Amino acid sequence: MKPWLNAQFLSTLRLGVKSLLLHKLRSALTMLGIIFGVCSVIAMLAIGEGASYEAQQRIKELGSSNIILRSVKPSDEDKSAGMGRGSMLKYGLTYADGSRLQFTVPGVEHVLPVRIIRESARFGQNDVPVQVLGTLPYYADIAGLEVARGRFLSDTDEAKQENICVLTVGLARRLFPFQDPLENAIKVDAFYYRVVGLVRERSTLQQRTQSGRTEGETLDNNVYIPLSTARSRFGETLIRRSAGGFEMEQVELHQITVRMRDTAAVESAEPQITALLQRFHAKKDYELIVPLQLLRQAEALKRTFNIVLGSIAAISLLVGGIGIMNIMLATVTERTREIGIRRALGARRRDITTQFLVETVVLSVGGGLIGVAVGLVVPLAVSLLTDMKVLITVWSVLLAFSISGAVGIIFGLYPASAAAKLDPIEALRHE
Amino acid sequence: MPADAIIRIEGVEKRYVLGGEADVYALRGVDVAITAGSYVAIMGPSGSGKSTMLNILGCLDRPTAGSYWLGGEDVSRMPDDQLSAARGRKIGFIFQSYNLIAQLSVLENIQVPLLYQGKDLREHHDRCVGLAELVGLGNRLHHRPNQLSGGQQQRVAVARSLVNDPVMILADEPTGNLDSRTGTEVLDLIDRLNAGGKTIVLVTHDEEVAFRAHRVLHMKDGIIDREVFNRALPV
Repeated sequence: MKPWLNAQFLSTLRLGVKSLLLHKLRSALTMLGIIFGVCSVIAMLAIGEGASYEAQQRIKELGSSNIILRSVKPSDEDKSAGMGRGSMLKYGLTYADGSRLQFTVPGVEHVLPVRIIRESARFGQNDVPVQVLGTLPYYADIAGLEVARGRFLSDTDEAKQENICVLTVGLARRLFPFQDPLENAIKVDAFYYRVVGLVRERSTLQQRTQSGRTEGETLDNNVYIPLSTARSRFGETLIRRSAGGFEMEQVELHQITVRMRDTAAVESAEPQITALLQRFHAKKDYELIVPLQLLRQAEALKRTFNIVLGSIAAISLLVGGIGIMNIMLATVTERTREIGIRRALGARRRDITTQFLVETVVLSVGGGLIGVAVGLVVPLAVSLLTDMKVLITVWSVLLAFSISGAVGIIFGLYPASAAAKLDPIEALRHE
Repeated sequence: MPADAIIRIEGVEKRYVLGGEADVYALRGVDVAITAGSYVAIMGPSGSGKSTMLNILGCLDRPTAGSYWLGGEDVSRMPDDQLSAARGRKIGFIFQSYNLIAQLSVLENIQVPLLYQGKDLREHHDRCVGLAELVGLGNRLHHRPNQLSGGQQQRVAVARSLVNDPVMILADEPTGNLDSRTGTEVLDLIDRLNAGGKTIVLVTHDEEVAFRAHRVLHMKDGIIDREVFNRALPV
């Protein structure tokens, strides 16, 4: 690069800015298209990234090395085929399923069975609807419970079928507003359970991913008791009063969480588990949730989402670019005489091209800068006004900005070359 | 033909090809030699080839035949970029309608030809100010063209034509848009430049203006019809 080129370029740049400032309103309106385009790229990607980040977090909390099985009440047709009115409905996962999974699927670290009973817990005058979860000690580890006070269930409790329980912190506050819950006993159904510990759930997100299902861990309302205790105290038959009679259900286990040694084992184990369950379940009375697959799906969804958002943003940038081109073509016509003068004074075609290209790029990059500024504010405003999570990534800002520059060059080339192609004699004669 | 001619035009033709019809000749074999420091006026009615001659002399157009030597270089076959550079370096234009760039100040207008020669503006700043003072606009450096009178604008154009120290000043009806008093001022200025050694070629249809030149070339039908010597070149 020759040393004078910089000085010349700088003066071309100054001239470009000057020419644009000559028509302030026109320049501002022209920039608007790019501003919106860049702003929408950044804002859309920020909102998209935020949403998918949140979804991925929820899925990760389910544990990517876990496979979750849930009992599902079979659909009505299946039900009526097997039984008459008022008879026992038997469905769901069984203890046998648990041990079969434990011993036949390679790579299994833990099989965690859970029974869920809806009851109400009482202490003195307080009566609170709760979920009783009968489970094993390592539930705390797999579900990510944090022991706030006391302890969680132990192997001894399980072996001895102890009448003890662990409460979630929120539930303890509701049941024991004035007393210390530890070593007090709560009454559930017909039996008393001594409180040995308080736990805090890692988050309440887990519930939301189950989208509308009533079973499963609800918000901070859980009573944990040993699985063996649950089996002996509550039995396996649940009676539900419904309009016109009783409905009896027999469910052994509501949920089995299979923890694999590592995430790599998840993929190979999944078809084996499916096959195993199909052999022993005539009806499809269970569902299989593989968080790892959900994660993959979420990632694929995010890609699709990004493509859609990206296309919308690209179209708006395209429209902005066409707007710029349109104005620059008008400007070239308007300044034909100036072009003629410059050519007569020694400007080569490429000097004219540079001049108009610089003007277009100043417009689009200027618009790009404003767009970046607005694009950073909009997602923040969105996250303040709604509780949506937004995530502004550096690459989306760089992408949007470089696209705005590219738009300037691409849509500036035609008007600039049109200007350069003008015949100087004709251009000088132009009024 | 004098050997010290700084401008030599030999057998220059300009032919326009019109589809289906016979070709039209704007110039049909022009020979001119202009010595350095002379003042030449070109006259002629419209359609005489005067404008075409001006465009070729100004390197804005190329002849279809013949050669044009300008300051020791044949510019008649130059590609566009080189021709543009030659135009900026060797020719100082003065137009009838001043042709200043509206958004630039007086000083910046004077600097424009420097820009396209790739010269450093700071280095030449003082000289540009000097040129503005020469044409009597030293106190108007930062005015815009629309803040100046026609005579002042034309004087800016004269200063601009000098900035690259060209081989010749090519003036196209420089007084056409001016009243007689300011026109005289501008012509006096051009006379002074010529007295200082500048070669001047001036296109006009005004006998009085042409009378200031050493030589007047009368064009007709694409050739130089006759040539009048008003006075001899100072030796």
